[in-house]
Amino acid sequence: MLTYSVRRVLSLIPVLFGMTIVVFSIIHAIPGNPAQIILGQRATKEAIATLTKQLGLDKPWYIQYFHYLNSLLHGDLGTSLRTRGPINQEIWPYLAATAELAVAAMLIAVIIGVNAGIISAWFSKSWFDYIAMVLALIGVSMPIFWLGLMEQWGFSIHLGWFPTTGREDVRDPVSAITNFYLIDTLLNGRYDQFIVVLKHLVLPSCALATIPMAIIARMTRATMIEVMKSDFIRTARAKGLRMFWVVYKHSLKNAVIPVLTVIGLQTGLLLGGAILTETIFGWPGIGRYLYDAIGYRDYPVIQSGILLIAAIFVLINFIVDLLYVIVDPRIKYSK
Amino acid sequence: MTKTLKWLLISILAVSMFLVGCGSKTNGTAGSKKTAPKKDTLVFARGGDSTSLDPITTTEGETFKVTQNIFETLLTYGKQDTTIHPGLAKSWTVSPDGLTYTFKLQQGVKFQDGTDFNADAVVFNFDRWMNGDSDKFPYYTMFGGYKKDAGHVIKEVKAVDANTVQFVLKRSQAPFLKNLAMSPFGIASPTAVQKWGDKFREHPVGTGPFKFVEWKQNDHITLEKNPDYWQKGLPKLNKVIFRVIPDNTARLNALANGEVDLMDGLNNSDEATVKSNSNLQVIERPSMNVGYLAFTVTRKPFDNKLVRQALNMAVDKKSIIQSFYGGQAIPAKNPMPPSIEGYNDAVQEYPYDLDKAKQLLVQAGYPKGFTMDLWAMPVARPYMPEAQKVAEVIQESFSKIGVKANIKTVDWATYLDKAAKGQFDAFMLGWTGDNGDADNFLYTLLDKDSIGSNNYSYYSNDQLHNILIQAQTESDQTKRNDLYKQAQVIIHDDAPWIPLVHSTPLLAATKDLTGYVPHPTGSEVLSNVEFK
Repeated sequence: MLTYSVRRVLSLIPVLFGMTIVVFSIIHAIPGNPAQIILGQRATKEAIATLTKQLGLDKPWYIQYFHYLNSLLHGDLGTSLRTRGPINQEIWPYLAATAELAVAAMLIAVIIGVNAGIISAWFSKSWFDYIAMVLALIGVSMPIFWLGLMEQWGFSIHLGWFPTTGREDVRDPVSAITNFYLIDTLLNGRYDQFIVVLKHLVLPSCALATIPMAIIARMTRATMIEVMKSDFIRTARAKGLRMFWVVYKHSLKNAVIPVLTVIGLQTGLLLGGAILTETIFGWPGIGRYLYDAIGYRDYPVIQSGILLIAAIFVLINFIVDLLYVIVDPRIKYSK
Repeated sequence: MTKTLKWLLISILAVSMFLVGCGSKTNGTAGSKKTAPKKDTLVFARGGDSTSLDPITTTEGETFKVTQNIFETLLTYGKQDTTIHPGLAKSWTVSPDGLTYTFKLQQGVKFQDGTDFNADAVVFNFDRWMNGDSDKFPYYTMFGGYKKDAGHVIKEVKAVDANTVQFVLKRSQAPFLKNLAMSPFGIASPTAVQKWGDKFREHPVGTGPFKFVEWKQNDHITLEKNPDYWQKGLPKLNKVIFRVIPDNTARLNALANGEVDLMDGLNNSDEATVKSNSNLQVIERPSMNVGYLAFTVTRKPFDNKLVRQALNMAVDKKSIIQSFYGGQAIPAKNPMPPSIEGYNDAVQEYPYDLDKAKQLLVQAGYPKGFTMDLWAMPVARPYMPEAQKVAEVIQESFSKIGVKANIKTVDWATYLDKAAKGQFDAFMLGWTGDNGDADNFLYTLLDKDSIGSNNYSYYSNDQLHNILIQAQTESDQTKRNDLYKQAQVIIHDDAPWIPLVHSTPLLAATKDLTGYVPHPTGSEVLSNVEFK
């Protein structure tokens, strides 16, 4: 297990290295001069030339890449061309905002998705099954833009339960420590703010949860149906074990591996793919940070941001791999 | 089996009760709307964040919306136009040759860090800017370049005494006073600039009615009342918070829900919704922009004036405005809006006349028409909220005179890049004025000097060039206006563009908000805003 972990960690290095090359080349293949974009429509020729030079964009791409890699190894993600702030510091609040949202969404997706899948499998071909699977189908094909606006319209404007947008009440802002506001409010002892922050989290996380929830439900149902056809389940039932335990203990344990894989992949996707949710709910997350950066051709931010998200993606899947061993002792990673 | 099912249902019920419980628990404390705190805080929601809070370091409007309240300029614009009024300078004189400007400064003004505002501070700021470059201080090019450049118009800025500052110019620059009133030239505290260095963009200190408190990037910027503000009784608000909500509809939802008090970027299609809500009001920002369709006049067949004139007659601006601007725009006939001094109202707009357009095409030697690419902007701008759809309307009417237009688009960065390189046949674009001067439209967008920067149509006319240059050095405003009127006649005849619209951007606010007067430049001081 330990050797496996170490080996996996080491194998991340070429993956990350490869990622830097891919990210770098994709961006440089796109037409458009970043200097023109940064200076905007009002730029003069000279200004563009000066800035191009200053940013090192006139140098050959491999030299730019080498510089980039060099500072990356020194833990320096570079400076944003747009805001001129160090990306190291700038990116953290965005990352934390997205992580908080993604974790909340994943919790909802897993709890509801897994249970819906199990019950659908248990009572397959029942009305519950049909309804749940139709809902799941709607869930995967739901445009988040529309769903988000409908949520705001229904739950905020009409029912007044939740705020429409943002992470906090800006009139009484959270003083950030970790930038995970749920944690920060507790650290500050502001339990009233904790509730406010929680309320802000509800609508966007529900919107963000729909697609993974649906995918997880369908996956769980499919594997559970498979498992529940197997002999040991029949045996368990034959010896008079309660159906609940047969389903939730014996079957689930054997069906969990593919579900876990899907959960891992979906969590990774949420981190980078929350742009729509972040836009609709005015959530200051990494997706919007990157989206803005792309519009401005903010090369350093695009590179660092994508690299970071990719790294987290790889990391989550690494954790999922380790979890396999815990949930299924038959899997052994020692040689 | 039935027993387990029962248990299962019970547990599901329990979970859902718990979830509902979460909901209703929060319901009790639910927000701002019901508790209604004493209203002296304005939350202003907008689509994008500022990139810097040091206004001179950017050209981007979202920055000025905020910094306009932290910093003040020597001169200011009129409430809703671009006439010149006193600001930090209470009066000024201009020498007869138009080369020496002497400003008397307001006395007893302090920066928000407690240091004194005086002539030395003004000199310090101009020295800082003119020693920079276009990357650091992009808008300083309004003064013809930087100290090292030949075109720089300011010879020196000197403090005559503590409250008098004098600008000596190398050659006269007609829009000089208007330039001084632009947001980027807000006077910063020299002490703070020296203290923070490059970080001043995150720690702005000026003399304005509000001082900076907090900036959470892409989320909100908080300003609070400057208690020592020199204009007594102002500002009326205690706090101003600028919030970022990128989506226009979501922003309106937040306004309807009481989370914000004022929003810009109201969709024209949502105007009716706002008007029907008794808690909300619609506010119009006067236009200082133009949306246009430009021809790259170096490309065939657009090198032919008759072709350009023909196409000018084939666009039904009125129906475009009705369909895509919700009526909130006026049809354009000149490259600048009527709010700008020197606007030539005598210019006759090309009529929407397809028969005449066809005749002109025959005259030009294209009796069967031709095929062209029509590029539509990929982004929404106040002057062009739905470029694709407008392009489709234009495509339709062009087809009626035998011109087949293929609509194309590409991402915004590439779009500007290609347009600047003259690679488009025809393209849609627009401009929002910087300093409210005619020069900022006509010279910037259509003079031959501007080819390669903002003259994307590659239009070049020496007669026009001479007029525009003459107008730049003419200090008599009436004479200048005449020159610009002549210029507009020439441009109209050469028709390098189809000027489409001057749009009126819409804002929405809660009903109890008063004293908010939106300025055509896009940024305004909020010191008179209050809640009823």
